[in-house]
Amino acid sequence: MSVIVPGPRAAEKIDRLAELAALSEERGGSLWQEAFARLRRNPMAIIGAVIILLFVILAIVGPFLVPYSPTAQTWRDEVSIAREAFPGPRAENLLGVDALGRDFFSRLVIGARQTLLVGVVATLLGFAVGALLGAVAGGAAGLGGRRGAWIDNILMRFTDVLLALPSLLLALSIAAVLGRSLTTLMIAVGVVQIPVFARLLRGSMIAQAHSDYVLAGTALGVRKPKLVLGHIVPNSLGPVIVQATLTLATAIIEAAALSFLGLGNPDPSTPEWGVMLADAQQFLGVRPDWAFYPAAGIIITALGFTLFGEALREALDPKLRK
Amino acid sequence: MFRFIVRRLLQLIPTLFGLSVLLFAWLHSLPGGPETALLGERATPEKVAQIRSMLGLDQPLHIQYGRFMRQVLQLDFGNSIQTGRPVTDEFIERFPATIELTLAAMILAIGLGIPLGYIAAKHHGRFLDTAAVGASLFGICIPVFFLAVLLKVVFALNLHLLPTQGRLTAGLDHTRVTGFYLLDGFMTREWDVLSDALLHLILPAVALASIPLAIIVRITRASVLEVLGEDYVRTAEAKGLTERIVRRRHVLRNAMLPVVTIIGLLTGGLLSGAVLTESVFALNGVGSFVKDAIFYSDYPGLMGFILIFGLIYVLVNLACDVSYSLIDPRVRVR
Amino acid sequence: MRATRFRAVLAIGAVIAVAAGIAGCAESKRDEPAKAKNDKLVFGTAGEPKVTDPAFATDGESFRIARQVYETLLTHEEGGTAIVGGLAEKWENSTDGKAWTFTLRKNVKFHDGTDFNAEAVCYNFDRWYNWKGALQNPAVSGYWQDTFGGFATNENADLPKSNYNKCTVKDPSTAVLEFNNVSSLLPGAFTLTAFSISSPTALKANNADNVSISGDKVTYPEYALTKGVGTGPFKLMNWDRTNKETVLERYDGYWGSKAKVKTLIFKTVADNTARRQALENGEINGYDLVAPADVPRLKQAGFNVPTREAFNVLYLALGHDNPLLAKKEVRQAIAHAINRESIVKSKLPEGAEVATQFMPESLEGWSPDVPKYEYNPDKAKTLLQAAGAAGASLKFYYPTEVSRPYMPDPKSIFESIKADLEAVGLKIEVVAQVWATYLDTIDQPTPDMWIIGWTGDFNEAYNFLGTFFGKPKPEGWLFQNPTLYAALQAVDAEPDRAKRVEMYKELNKQIMEFLPGLPISHSPPSIAFSKNLTGIKPSPLTAEVFNNAEFTS
Repeated sequence: MSVIVPGPRAAEKIDRLAELAALSEERGGSLWQEAFARLRRNPMAIIGAVIILLFVILAIVGPFLVPYSPTAQTWRDEVSIAREAFPGPRAENLLGVDALGRDFFSRLVIGARQTLLVGVVATLLGFAVGALLGAVAGGAAGLGGRRGAWIDNILMRFTDVLLALPSLLLALSIAAVLGRSLTTLMIAVGVVQIPVFARLLRGSMIAQAHSDYVLAGTALGVRKPKLVLGHIVPNSLGPVIVQATLTLATAIIEAAALSFLGLGNPDPSTPEWGVMLADAQQFLGVRPDWAFYPAAGIIITALGFTLFGEALREALDPKLRK
Repeated sequence: MFRFIVRRLLQLIPTLFGLSVLLFAWLHSLPGGPETALLGERATPEKVAQIRSMLGLDQPLHIQYGRFMRQVLQLDFGNSIQTGRPVTDEFIERFPATIELTLAAMILAIGLGIPLGYIAAKHHGRFLDTAAVGASLFGICIPVFFLAVLLKVVFALNLHLLPTQGRLTAGLDHTRVTGFYLLDGFMTREWDVLSDALLHLILPAVALASIPLAIIVRITRASVLEVLGEDYVRTAEAKGLTERIVRRRHVLRNAMLPVVTIIGLLTGGLLSGAVLTESVFALNGVGSFVKDAIFYSDYPGLMGFILIFGLIYVLVNLACDVSYSLIDPRVRVR
Repeated sequence: MRATRFRAVLAIGAVIAVAAGIAGCAESKRDEPAKAKNDKLVFGTAGEPKVTDPAFATDGESFRIARQVYETLLTHEEGGTAIVGGLAEKWENSTDGKAWTFTLRKNVKFHDGTDFNAEAVCYNFDRWYNWKGALQNPAVSGYWQDTFGGFATNENADLPKSNYNKCTVKDPSTAVLEFNNVSSLLPGAFTLTAFSISSPTALKANNADNVSISGDKVTYPEYALTKGVGTGPFKLMNWDRTNKETVLERYDGYWGSKAKVKTLIFKTVADNTARRQALENGEINGYDLVAPADVPRLKQAGFNVPTREAFNVLYLALGHDNPLLAKKEVRQAIAHAINRESIVKSKLPEGAEVATQFMPESLEGWSPDVPKYEYNPDKAKTLLQAAGAAGASLKFYYPTEVSRPYMPDPKSIFESIKADLEAVGLKIEVVAQVWATYLDTIDQPTPDMWIIGWTGDFNEAYNFLGTFFGKPKPEGWLFQNPTLYAALQAVDAEPDRAKRVEMYKELNKQIMEFLPGLPISHSPPSIAFSKNLTGIKPSPLTAEVFNNAEFTS
């Protein structure tokens, strides 16, 4: 490791050192460039990315292309629970009509947007709060000395409290207290993800805190915040992004589970795949397709995010470099 | 080692304390509590007020909390509103159902997962490997409750192979010894009870095992792959040791470390899945009780169960950490 | 290698030894399995009972079990609502209406062998009247307080003076109950399962009143959680909470028609779908509270799904503290905006009907001449315009995670009503709450509209109308209508039942003219049985007793 002389260009040299630390040992190119190249060749990643893309397009564009409003009970009179009369797929309604006389296809498509919204917001919440907690804890533990260790301890105890409950129960408790609404669902699922991100970022940061470029930088008198924000955090981002992708998949499934247990969005008119799946349970014998389509949607979307996330993790793993 | 354990146990206390305060404050901020649920449509504001004053529920929160904590330290969590019986009794009665379910699921997951993961790693890059990875990804992505309902519809309702709900057939005479029906049937030699309980356990255990199985397969596979590339394995194979011995002595033992860590983390996931599975299959375990308690505003039941849960979960994780250090001599516990 | 194999054999041997040791180490405590296949009836229920002593119960499931084990002075005819004699053969009201004389059935014995007589009747009534302390908790003595007010010594200032005066034993077969005021709730209330007659010997021996409150928990005595000694066709054997099963057995000393099955088991399967599946799979022989969506397919599969007569009402309540809703035109507009026919046809099971007033047709006092509000969205829009309420915003609450006999699926009914209201230009703000929270909220001024209902306890219209409107300013509704209130008080004080029926008819016209809210529907909860089970007549009050149940094959 070359010696860096204190001076006006010290910071630049620190940056260069950090880059070097992230460099592959044999070839040129940064971590991210190599990861991208690897992803391109990985069939899992391609499939995952395609699914995600399709889903996002469906969510954004879909509502403009659906034939009917998802909330209008236009065909209510043709539907009867008592007589088990539910018009199936026909010219008017691509996938038939649901139990309240609404067009099923329109609800399915618009449901994609709501589901995506729930997944994204919940993940963002978990990520934002968790990353903040983790970064502060990790930074404090790595660089803060005794006081830092104390801060780290307190923050970790807090995440322990969150972890002490099985995730579903934690989400249930939050939802039960905050009352039912789409926001509650997002908060409940998001809060459950906080400890994961916190631990992740903290662990990554503590590991980084012992690496050479940080030691060098500290010795040179580079201010801690710049070290943390400018170098440590960006280098820790890889695993966190992987986790975020995987969390999106879990968030969608957890939201569906909460809806199944009855804590979903109470405004029954706004479709969301988890709620649609939960509502379809009682009609499984008569119209299994009401459960099949939302379930398929949830599973495929979750698969897409998971595939991509796993491929990304493999791509970013320095140990797998040949 | 000993100091480590003691230190972790001591760290338990503030965690549980924080949990209890949070829970208490949250739950008591809900309007219309247990007293209204009891009265149903017959509830009137006067009656509710009367009940509240009789039960001391209109006193300031910190007094109620103090009373609650005093009771907790005597291991008395109060009476469940839903059933009117002590929460601790309810927990003891329902505990075996959940334990049986989660143990069965874990045994399935580990028993199938490790061999499958090993085989997948051995056939790395070929069809079996891809199939295993694909199947495990699918297993993670399918919602547990949906899988449970699917299994029920296919195997119980359509094929009539297995029962749809409960732990035993209604009215089946059985002697209760421990509450673990498999064990009880075995101990009392009531073989029909044993087989009945087993049949009832199959579908829920399979549904619950889906996620842990998928995870264990993937972790075992990744771990074995890593180990297989190591020098000492190549050395052992070069020495001419049979595959079985290589596997037993070197590969599996080293690959097990991440799996053991995972088991602790999986416990939390298992309990979540148990809530869903118990609901679908009407198993009266701890999970379904908590879900009912939330909807019924059964504060004492909820508080008691969640605190006990938290305690168990942390202890299990502690045990895993300790065993981790026992298995791998390189790991030193700080 | 040999060492490891030896160790493996040793380990396996140890496991086998332990297993052999465990097997048979506990003694099997069960009797011979039931010989006849048709001796056991398993009935599925939606929830567990709370207590086995009906005096402490307020929930349907506790009453369901109590009805098999206990009996009341008067009861309803099997499958109907007319009041007939139960433990009393004849009953007479004094001229001033304040005293009731009961001629009791002879040669009736409790399950513990002691005699049923007038002393037992008076013991029971005096027991309830003299309750103190924790027993005065409305959650513990709900029905007593609703029917008779307070107790001998009221410990809470809010408790009203008790209407109960005393009980006199004229001779072993004649008991006289005296009250301080005439009440329209009598004689109907004598059919309430909460007022079942228990064996005084059993009550005394088991310290049945030992209800205590410590801190915020109410503890019931052992007797109320495990035992019950009455005169009914079944004896209470065991309540297995782990498996959520209550086991009853035939009482061979029953005075009436003895039970045809030997064992009657009530098994709780909370989830509607799981309950249906249990019936389809043969795990239970019948169950109550069938979800409307399941009725057609159960019928198709050959199960008996008889329809009960509806004895309940579901209504849309309106908070009159909202100045818009205080205007009658707005309320009328809402009434015209909602297509109740369509809701009943598409959301509710067969046998359901649109409600024209706040009580069902089978209840005496129902009037065919009430103002009806037919579905007419255009008229609704005009009325709203005239009242200056076009496009108004209203807070509409509904309950979740609950299924009531009058409201099997709150969500779908709510969605339909909301859609109809939005179609006439109103803006609806949705608030969903869990049942317990909901019940509390609807008594507050916060909600503008909410759906709720009531299942009748006995054949007396005051049980409906009085419950809803029997206060000068009913909570939740928050309207003041002195004429209506005076009319209700008058009917409550009228001792002649025939006269009361006429007064109820007038009252219903008055109420529907005022239109405090909109009655939506009467919906009978369905009950289902397996094909080979007969003998159970469905009761509008869900008060089936299983002594005549038998298997045909």
